[in-house]
Amino acid sequence: MPTIIVDVMPKAELLDPAGKAVAGALDRLGDSTFSAVRIGKRFELTVDGEADDAAVAAARELAESLLSNSVIEDVVSVRVAGE
Amino acid sequence: MTRIGVITFPGSLDDRDAQRAIRHAGAEAVALWHGDHDLHDVDAIVLPGGFSYGDYLRCGAIASLSPIMSEVVDAAERGMPILGICNGFQMLVEAHLLPGGLIRNDHGSFVCRDQRLRVENTDTAWTNRFESGAEITIPLKNGEGGYIADAETIARLEGEGRVVFRYLEVNPNGSINDIAGITNTRGNVVGLMPHPEHATEEGFGPDTDAAMRNGTDGLAFFASALAALSLA
Amino acid sequence: MTDTVANAIATPDHEQPYAALGLKADEYASIREILGRRPTSGELAMYSVMWSEHCSYKSSKIYLRQFGQKVSPKMREKLMVGIGENAGVVDIGEGWAVTFKVESHNHPSFIEPFQGAATGVGGIVRDIISMGARPVAVMDQLRFGRIDHPDTARVVHGVVSGISFYGNCLGLPNIGGETYFDACYQDNPLVNALAVGVLRHEDLHLANARGVGNRVVLFGARTGGDGIGGASILASDTFAEGGPTKRPAVQVGDPFAEKVLIECCLELFAGDLVEGIQDLGAAGISCATSELASNGDGGMFIELDKVLLRDPTLTAEEILMSESQERMMAIVQPEKLEAFLAVTAKWDVETSVLGEVTDTGRLVIHWHGEEIVDVEPRTVAIDGPVYERPVAYPAWLDALQADSASALPRSNDVDVLRTQFLQLLGSPNLAAKSWITDQYDRYVGGNTALSLPDDGGMVRVDESSGLGFALAADANGRYAQLDPYQGARLALAEAYRNVAVTGAVPAAVSDCLNFGSPENPEVMWQFSRAVEGLSDGCLELEIPVTGGNVSFYNQTGDVPIHPTPVVAVLGVIDDVARRVPSGWQDEGNNIYLLGTTSEEFDGSAWAGTIHGHLGGLPPAVDLAQEKRLAALLAAGAGQSLIASAHDLSDGGLAHALAESVLRFGVGARVWLGDILHRDGVDVATALFSESTGRVIVSVPREDDVKFQGLCEGRGYPVLRIGVTDKLSPALEIQDVFTIGIDELRGTHSATLPDHFS
Repeated sequence: MPTIIVDVMPKAELLDPAGKAVAGALDRLGDSTFSAVRIGKRFELTVDGEADDAAVAAARELAESLLSNSVIEDVVSVRVAGE
Repeated sequence: MTRIGVITFPGSLDDRDAQRAIRHAGAEAVALWHGDHDLHDVDAIVLPGGFSYGDYLRCGAIASLSPIMSEVVDAAERGMPILGICNGFQMLVEAHLLPGGLIRNDHGSFVCRDQRLRVENTDTAWTNRFESGAEITIPLKNGEGGYIADAETIARLEGEGRVVFRYLEVNPNGSINDIAGITNTRGNVVGLMPHPEHATEEGFGPDTDAAMRNGTDGLAFFASALAALSLA
Repeated sequence: MTDTVANAIATPDHEQPYAALGLKADEYASIREILGRRPTSGELAMYSVMWSEHCSYKSSKIYLRQFGQKVSPKMREKLMVGIGENAGVVDIGEGWAVTFKVESHNHPSFIEPFQGAATGVGGIVRDIISMGARPVAVMDQLRFGRIDHPDTARVVHGVVSGISFYGNCLGLPNIGGETYFDACYQDNPLVNALAVGVLRHEDLHLANARGVGNRVVLFGARTGGDGIGGASILASDTFAEGGPTKRPAVQVGDPFAEKVLIECCLELFAGDLVEGIQDLGAAGISCATSELASNGDGGMFIELDKVLLRDPTLTAEEILMSESQERMMAIVQPEKLEAFLAVTAKWDVETSVLGEVTDTGRLVIHWHGEEIVDVEPRTVAIDGPVYERPVAYPAWLDALQADSASALPRSNDVDVLRTQFLQLLGSPNLAAKSWITDQYDRYVGGNTALSLPDDGGMVRVDESSGLGFALAADANGRYAQLDPYQGARLALAEAYRNVAVTGAVPAAVSDCLNFGSPENPEVMWQFSRAVEGLSDGCLELEIPVTGGNVSFYNQTGDVPIHPTPVVAVLGVIDDVARRVPSGWQDEGNNIYLLGTTSEEFDGSAWAGTIHGHLGGLPPAVDLAQEKRLAALLAAGAGQSLIASAHDLSDGGLAHALAESVLRFGVGARVWLGDILHRDGVDVATALFSESTGRVIVSVPREDDVKFQGLCEGRGYPVLRIGVTDKLSPALEIQDVFTIGIDELRGTHSATLPDHFS
C-alpha cells in the first residue's frame, strides 16, 4: 500500500535541545565535519487506497493539525514515498 | 575499606544518592568523572540514574561514548562488579555490556512508584545476599524503562537464568516478560531500571507495613557486592 | 542601519512603535524626559520590557509595600534576605539557610502547555541558584478549566508532562502541590511553580555588580530568538526593507543545560569565583544588566556583539529582549576570570565576557563599536512607572455574599450523606492527584521525608543532625471570590496548618498572586484587599513574607479568574525523623479532632460539588487560634505523641477521614455524637463544613494521657472521635455509613485517569 511521508522539524528560530546534545557529542568525538545537528520527526502514513492529491492534502492537513505543533514546529514536507 | 566508584556524567541525578547508599552499606564511595580515564583503584562501579546529556538521542547513548566507559568495559571484562541503575542500565546496553534495549514506557508517561520485584537470580555480584525468590520493594522512576530484545535474546536470557529481577503485581513500563533487570553471562555486570539506592535508609525509602518510608530492601545490593569482593 | 545614540540625537522626530511594544504615550514621554532625547530602538526595547507589568510591578507596587511595612522585630530575626531580591532567604539554624519562591507561568502555559510549564520550572529554579543555593525540591500549584471541557485535557497533559520532563531531568524531587479545576480558568490556566534551595550562610550571593573593573560574564545556553515576539516590531521599524523574520513568542527549555548550569554554578560558588550573579528570565539581558548595575556600583559597559548567538541574524534589540532559557550573568574579578572559565569549560558551558563594571552611573551598551544604549540603569530597572489604579468595590459582590449556602437543601438522611460523601471524594478537586504526582520523581536526592499525598512536603537539609524544612502552598479561589481579604487569610491559614501538621514550625511566607486585569477597578479592589489580608495575617502570625510574584491579566474572555492568591509557608523541623504523616498506620490508635465545627458551607466543596453553588461569606479564620494549634502540634510531634495528623479544609472532616484511611489503607471507626452535642451542629455539618482551625490526629493509646494533658494545658478544644482499626478495612462512621477501603480508593483514584488516561 502507498505511504505518505511527513517530516516535521522544530522551528528554526527555536532551541532544539536534542540536536544540540548530539552536536555536542560529535564535538567530543572529535568530528569536525558537521557543525550542527537538528532532530525532527518523520511520520509514515499508510494510505488505504490511492496516494492521490486528495490523500496528500489530507495528510498535509493532519500534519498541520495533529502531527505538528505550529507554535514550536514546522511541517517541512509531505510527500508520497518513492516519488 | 572496599571502594565503590560512582560515575558522574553531565545530567546524572542519583549519583550522590548512590554514594550515600554505598556508605550505608559500609563501603567507601568514590566519585568518578565521565571525562577521566582513571578508575581510581575502585573495586566496583555503579553507573547511577539520571538523564545523561538530556537523553535526547537515546537514553544512555551519548554517555556510553564517554572516555571513562572504555575503562568500564575493560573492568567488566576483568570481572569487576558493575551495577547500572536506570540510566546506568541504559548505558550498559548502549555499551553492549548487556543485551537488548530500553524503550519508552508503553503508557507513554514517566512513572514514579514503589515497585515490587522478585529476585530471580542470586548468583550475581549484586544479588548474592538475597534469598532465592525474595520479593522486595524499591522505588522505580523512569520514562523509558520498557525492556526489549529479539526473541532469541530473550530465550537465551531466560534459559541461562540471566533475568535477575522481575516486576511483580504491576508491569510499569511494558517490559517483555516483566523483566526489570538482567546480568551478563559472568554475573558481574547487572543492570536494572528500579533504584536500590533509594531504599537504603529508614525514613527515606518506600513505605512499609511497619512505618512510612522505612523500606531498606536496596541495601542487600551493595552488601552483595562487598560479599562478592571479599570472596574474590 | 543601527539606531545609535548619536542617531537618536540627530533624529528627534523619528517615529517609534512604543504603543506596539506595550508602552503608553505618557510612559514614552517620560522615557524621552529621562533621557533628554528620544530613546534609541535598543533603549526602547529595554524600557518597554522592563516597564511592563510583569517586570515592573507598576500596578501592584503601592500595595506590596505593606509586606515590608507590617513587620515585627520577631519577623526580622530569621530573615536573611527579604523582598526585592531574586528570592527570600531564611535562617533555619545550624548555619543553614533556605531560599524559596513561587512564580507564575500562566500565559505561556496556555499557548504551549508543555514548554510553558517546563520553562516555568526552569525559571524559578534559576532564581534559587542565583541566591547561591543548591535547589533541592520543587512544587507546583495548578489550576485548569472544567475537567470535562474539550480543551482541558490538552492543557493538563502538556503542563503535567512539561513539569515532569523538566523537573525530573533536573533531579529535583517534586514534594507537593495542588490541582484545581474550575471554569474560570478555562482559557487561562494557572501554572505556579515553586522551587526551594538550601545554602550555608556564608554562600549567600546577591544580584549586584560591584567593583569597578570586574568582568560581566554571560554563561549558559546561547541566545536565540525565543520569546521576542515584541522585538520584531522594533526590527521592522529599524530595518524597514525586507521586514522582520517571524519570531516566536514561546521559549523552549533544555533541562539538561539547566542541570549542568546548576552544577557549574555551585562549583563556581564553592570556588568563590563569583561576586554577584543574576539569572536571565523575562527581559533577558535587558533585565540582568540593568538590575545588576542598579544594585551595585551603578555603572556597566557591555559589548553586545560578544553575546554568543544561536541565530546570527538576531538584531541588537532582539538580543536585548531575548528570553532564551538556561542563561546566567555573573560579575567576576579579573584575576579570577581564568579559574571561572576553567569551571565553565569543565561543564561544557559556553561563556563570554561581555564587559565590565564601571563607576559612571551609566549602563552603556555597544553594538559593533557603536553606542546603542546609554541610560541610568535605575531608570530602567527600579524607578519605572508606578500606578495607583482606580479601585472599585465590585458591583456584584453584595448580591453574591447575600446568596448564602445556608439556604441550600441539606439532608441528614444517611443514604444521602453516603452518596454526597462519595460524590465529594471523587469530585475533580478532591479526587486523588496521583495520576499527576506519579509522573514526578519524589525520591531523587534521597532527602525527601514527606511528599504528596501528605499535607506538606518535607526535605532533610543536614544529614548528620536531621535538620529539615517543610513546605505547603495553598489557595482557594472560591473563598477569595467571596471575600478576597478573608480568602488570602484563609490560604495563609491553610498553608500554615499544613506545615504545622507535619511537625514543623512555620517560619516564613512566599506568595504568587494571580488576578485578572489591573485595568479593571473591581479586580484592583480584589487585589488590594487580598494583599491587605495576607500582610495583616502574616503580621498576626509573626512570619515574614520573603518575596513573591504577581500575575495580572488572567481572564477567560472578558471574565477575570477568581482571585487566586497562592500562599506558600515554609516551616523548620529540628529532626525530620520526628515528622508526622497524614494518615494512620497502627491498630487501635485514638483519633482526636482538634478545634470546633460550626455551620460554614459558603464557598465549600460541598456547596460547589453537590449544588453547583458559590455564594455567601467564606469560613471565619482566627489566626491567633491557628497559632495555638500549630504550637500544640509542634509540641505533640516533638514529644512523639502524635502518630498522624491531617488538616481539615476542602470537604471538611469527611474528606480528611477518607484521606487518612487511604494514606496507608488502615480503617477507622468514628463517632460524631460528641461533635453534634458540643458544637450544636447536625451530621451534615459535622461531616462537610469547612470551619478552620481543625486537625485530626491519631495518638497511640499509651500516649493518650499525655496528649490530652497537652491539649488541656494549651486550652485547645479536643474531642476523641474514633479509633483506628487495622482489622476492618473500612471507614465506619457510626450510625451514618460504612464504606470499604476498596470502594473509597476506587472512587478517589478513578476521576483523573478517567479523564486523562
